[in-house]
Amino acid sequence: MSAVLVGLPKRLVTVEVDGQSVRVPEGQTLLEALRGQGVATPTLCYLENLAPVNACRVCVVEVAGQRTLAPACSRPVEEGMVVATDSPRVRHSRKMVLELLASSVDLSLADDEIKGWMATYGVAPERYGPPAPPAAAGERDRRRAGHHEPPDGSVAATVAQPVKIQDDLYVRDYSKCILCYKCVEACGEDAQNTFAIAVAGRGFDARIATEFDVELPDSACVYCGNCVGVCPTGALMPKSEWDLRQSGQWRPDDQQVTETICSFCGVGCPLELTVQDNRIVRVDSPLDHDITRGHLCVKGRFGFEHVQH
Amino acid sequence: MDLHLRDAAPTEAERAAIDGLLEPASADLQPAPGGAHARAQRHLLLPALQAVSDAVGWVSEGALNEICRRLTVPPADAHGVLSFYALLSDRPRPARVAHVCDDLACQTAGAEELAGDLEAQLGPAGVASDDGTATWERSPCLGLCDRAPAVWAQRAGEPDAVAAPALADDVRTLLDGGKPPAPPPASRSVPQADDSAGGDLPMLRRVGRVDPESLDAYRAAGGFEVLRRAVDLGPDGVLRELTDSELAGRGGAAFPTGVKWRAVATAAVRPHYVVANADESEPGTFKDRVVLEQDPFAFIEAMIIAGYTTGSERGYVYLRGEYPLALARLDSAIAQCRDRGLLGADVLGAGFAFDLEVRRGAGAYICGEETALIESIEGKRGEPRNKPPFPTQVGLFGQPTAVNNVETLVAILDVLARGGPEYAARGSPRSSGTKLFCVSGCVARPGLYEVEFGVTVAELLELAGGIADGGELQAILLGGAAGTFLRPEQIDLPLTFEDAREAKQALGSGVVMVFDDRVDLPAMLQRIAAFFRDESCGQCVPCRVGTVRQEESLARLVAGGDPVVEVGLLDELARVMADASICGLGHTAPSALRSAIDQQLVPWGRHDQADGEEAR
Ligand SMILES: Cc1cc2nc3c(=O)[nH]c(=O)nc-3n(C[C@H](O)[C@H](O)[C@H](O)COP(=O)(O)O)c2cc1C
Ligand code: SF4
Ligand code: SF4
Ligand code: SF4
Ligand code: FES
Ligand code: FES
Repeated sequence: MSAVLVGLPKRLVTVEVDGQSVRVPEGQTLLEALRGQGVATPTLCYLENLAPVNACRVCVVEVAGQRTLAPACSRPVEEGMVVATDSPRVRHSRKMVLELLASSVDLSLADDEIKGWMATYGVAPERYGPPAPPAAAGERDRRRAGHHEPPDGSVAATVAQPVKIQDDLYVRDYSKCILCYKCVEACGEDAQNTFAIAVAGRGFDARIATEFDVELPDSACVYCGNCVGVCPTGALMPKSEWDLRQSGQWRPDDQQVTETICSFCGVGCPLELTVQDNRIVRVDSPLDHDITRGHLCVKGRFGFEHVQH
Repeated sequence: MDLHLRDAAPTEAERAAIDGLLEPASADLQPAPGGAHARAQRHLLLPALQAVSDAVGWVSEGALNEICRRLTVPPADAHGVLSFYALLSDRPRPARVAHVCDDLACQTAGAEELAGDLEAQLGPAGVASDDGTATWERSPCLGLCDRAPAVWAQRAGEPDAVAAPALADDVRTLLDGGKPPAPPPASRSVPQADDSAGGDLPMLRRVGRVDPESLDAYRAAGGFEVLRRAVDLGPDGVLRELTDSELAGRGGAAFPTGVKWRAVATAAVRPHYVVANADESEPGTFKDRVVLEQDPFAFIEAMIIAGYTTGSERGYVYLRGEYPLALARLDSAIAQCRDRGLLGADVLGAGFAFDLEVRRGAGAYICGEETALIESIEGKRGEPRNKPPFPTQVGLFGQPTAVNNVETLVAILDVLARGGPEYAARGSPRSSGTKLFCVSGCVARPGLYEVEFGVTVAELLELAGGIADGGELQAILLGGAAGTFLRPEQIDLPLTFEDAREAKQALGSGVVMVFDDRVDLPAMLQRIAAFFRDESCGQCVPCRVGTVRQEESLARLVAGGDPVVEVGLLDELARVMADASICGLGHTAPSALRSAIDQQLVPWGRHDQADGEEAR
């Protein structure tokens, strides 16, 4: 994975998008240009506050003259590019990316935008067959690169496995993990600089893990919850939210989001408190905020547990 | 942020292995992960993991901790690297592991019988022997298809060893710590070496004739004269010859070498690097191994020219981990060249510096992809980068880098010896020079053949002695697992890039694998599908999940599933993999299967697909 080269500011280049000629600043990505034109584009692994890892490929567009499709989130615009965002090839690839994910990952808690795109493209994950039974606890973490049991095709392999609950602050339900790398980026170079988690294994057996899959409290994790904040599928979730969902008490319609400033230290991070029945059930921070860019520390993210208990 | 390590400590043996490679961690220096010190050291991660694995057979938490402490790499990150590579293990395993190839060429030579014998004698694959010292497991192609069936034994604390062709007894000898059989004569791999014209082959002429372990022998045979000529020409002169020669890369993508070298030579950013891609893991490919085993000095001479021309003082060789003889010969040849001032601060006394470092792969086909290879040298998981930028702009350690295949490099010696225009005059109009073809499978004389571009498949087959044992030709796989199938009536195809393209075939790395009518072609397709499922790096969805669904669908098809449904599904999968994957692995993962279906080599009928949405 590599960073995108950022060009010198800020000549305008001319790009044709779906037949319309538009002028956009040089150095922008195609995604930025498309968003600037109001062309909606699905993304999964892209997030404004993280370096593009360009892994999911749901954002692909067709650039005239190129053999393969291009990821909009990380391809810089070039003078004279002719881009199609809704060609048969683009629609097919986007549908298939979403369908392949839906056939192997539990997307029930994915955000509404992802679900909307799945409906738009008409994904039909059932056609790969009934899902294989979930893996036993820890089994996926023990898989070896370069080896797998040959399938007979009667069931569709999935990443289903028991949820990892190793502390009171957040849970990791990797049955819902689309391997978008966002949590790894947030824990590492892009925000937290802790590097408690990484991608381990290879291919379909790749997974997010601590070293040797040690339990989270034993790892380098400092419980900043920044990984939780960026996870798009609910694979990482505050324990408070998880418990309410398990007991059927999670009621988005009865929740208010309140903005406030964290009072634990002098930095003054902005907080978004999700409140249900007068209890804080989840804390986030706005992605577009200069100070936090969505990231917090353990006190801001999980300190409410102490406030309330 | 401080490095957070748990308390597991290394054993004496692990520590000794690490000491052999890394400086001790200083107590007062506590560099930060991600800091300058860590960045400068990170590239030693894979060699350090390999040092421990070579010594004790696996990498424990204690050993990983110690490596992380010395290199200031976070342990989760290092474990991510450790668990990426198939030849490393993050849990105890026997000191001796026999990797038994069950890939395509070996299947035609009794790999399943061998596996059956081993199962009967040693127990099931992956289960340790009673004394816990040995086990065997199945392996993808070991690059020994000319000597199928092949076995490579990874042995902690003693040299790795190869047995090919292998019988169960040979495997047991290797697992008992016995001596490996002596390598067969060079002509076993290069049958042309025995022919009278063998001494005239542009690239392979020294094979079997010049001692690959002696610098003096190489010099006596005219070695390093081309380097002198290159220095006389100067970098610009070399670039001109290369451009005139129209030499195209032999690693599979056929990119013009002159263009690549010029881009690096003229890049303003310094330093520059040259990297030899010797990872050779495309099933059916063994040419680079044979060249490195039989003519290592020629390869080194070409690398020096690459360094000189591109303005690089340092070259890396990324050598497939399963090639012990190539490694030994290369190491010895490099040492001899250093002794004689052919590598070092002032090469040949000509006023330029160049040295070479060998890095071993650790079991990952994807690391042959040039940007994954670069990531791997940098000490990371072998995940391909998004392109652009290309390695010529942003390559190894972020610097302009020329990555070239071993055969491409050796061909450059012929370009410079002959002169570019004369080189271009040979071969076909669009494919200049000679090419190495790896002929394997059901032929009488499998091996590496050097022929001019334009020779037909039929002519190459004849050179290889025709179909062995009176079989009938069923199909030929061109280009390896990422390649395409040729039907018997197509064997008059001239072997050139342009003819192959027109016939919707792929020359790729030069694999010509022959299947007679006794070969179970659907089983071969399943082996190919399993290969891609195993070797996907897992980074992007089309390939990570697509290769799994492809293998499942094919299994249903082989078991009698509805051809219309499955072939339709396979086609949809093929299109997203080819269109939306990050790298060539995903782009070509459906290639062979699709080609077999399209050409009706298998009984599932042709799915006449319309373009785009209508196919649904
Ligand atoms: C999955 C994959 C595997 C590859 N493996 C190899 C390899 O083993 N050796 C090689 O030289 N090139 C390999 N390549 C091609 C390299 O990416 C690159 O094009 C080549 O090394 C450039 O050298 P050349 O210009 O001399 O051919 C591979 C490409 C892909 C996509
Ligand atoms: S909570 Fe913070 S430190 Fe822990 S894994 Fe998530 S991002 Fe990393
Ligand atoms: S846990 Fe969430 S953020 Fe992390 S890779 Fe999986 S889906 Fe992405
Ligand atoms: S195509 Fe396959 S091997 Fe290449 S980056 Fe994607 S997942 Fe990795
Ligand atoms: S959003 Fe572009 S590749 Fe994931
Ligand atoms: S060595 Fe077995 S197929 Fe190549």
